[in-house]
Amino acid sequence: MHELSIALGIVKIAEDETAKAKAKKVTKIELEIGVLAGVEIDSLNFVWESAVKSTVLENAEKQINIIEAKGKCIDCETEFSMKNIYDICPKCNSNFKGILKGKELRVKAIEVI
Amino acid sequence: MCGTCGCGSDTNGPVILKPGEHKHSHDEHYHHHDEHTHSHEEHHHHHNDGHTHEHSHKHKVLEIEQDILQNNQVLAARNKGYFEAKNIFALNMVSSPGSGKTSILERTLANLKDTIPFYVIEGDQQTLNDANRIDALNIPVIQINTGKGCHLESDMVYEAVKKLEMKNDAILMIENVGNLVCPSMFDLGESKRVVIISTTEGEDKPIKYPDMFLTSDICIINKIDLLPYVNIDVEKLKNYALQVNPNLQFFEISATTGEGMDEWYKWLKSNI
Repeated sequence: MHELSIALGIVKIAEDETAKAKAKKVTKIELEIGVLAGVEIDSLNFVWESAVKSTVLENAEKQINIIEAKGKCIDCETEFSMKNIYDICPKCNSNFKGILKGKELRVKAIEVI
Repeated sequence: MCGTCGCGSDTNGPVILKPGEHKHSHDEHYHHHDEHTHSHEEHHHHHNDGHTHEHSHKHKVLEIEQDILQNNQVLAARNKGYFEAKNIFALNMVSSPGSGKTSILERTLANLKDTIPFYVIEGDQQTLNDANRIDALNIPVIQINTGKGCHLESDMVYEAVKKLEMKNDAILMIENVGNLVCPSMFDLGESKRVVIISTTEGEDKPIKYPDMFLTSDICIINKIDLLPYVNIDVEKLKNYALQVNPNLQFFEISATTGEGMDEWYKWLKSNI
């Protein structure tokens, strides 16, 4: 259940940034999570409430932007959309690819008061 | 609440111990969220009466763009720099429970300890059992008990490494918590990540748990002495693993009989 560690990482970032901005609390937080990031959104939602309790994020609206994954074949340079991390190039069946996007796991923005 | 143990207080946090040490010293408790839990009380009270705030404060959007695992990565980089400066080859050993991580360690240490200095960090939810097995070989070892936590994080390794007081030119084996999912996301600062799979597991495990195979450099296939008795096609297993990570390097071994261990030893020696 590493989603709890992830949630607490988010809390730490929000706490630090809120303090830096001399704000009181977060009203909205925007997250970017790639489909290949290894995070189950359901699990993250499940632990969210207990992770944010008594922090600046308590009662904040949470918006998760899911980022679709894209790979680029190293052998034939075809760009293709990915569902799984082990997807092969649809054109030449090569296993060698770079992941262009879909591994994101970040706090994009917070709205504070 | 603590992310590593899921507990609400610091009494269940990760515990970092040497064999023979006792658990009840509070100094040994290790809890990186302490400061936060204390400071929240204050925040909370300010907001109980929301009305005046609504009018007197403007909403402000802060563009942060910060990686959520950044904290772990920063400390991992610190560990890595320390290992490199001391010429310590650090391995992060990951696998599901029961694939033979500790047995591989035991055999490797017993055979090589006279030629290479070794250090070991053991990660488990509970008990000093694994550390005691390593300690029996007279190898310096630290046990990290993660409590309810499912993986090691770089700050735990950082604390454990401080206790180890390692000499230069050595190999550090970090045995992660047996779990093929969570440890894949947490860089410990290791030089190489080694994933272990045994012949009693399914050959499609690499695509069932792809993240771990993707982030590993080495794949050890253990328990090859059992091949006559189990239904597994090793070539198929390797092909699945290569589909996930074409750069994986394989060792086929048996920690019980010692078969195939020489190649593994050769690789270890070539890295120091």
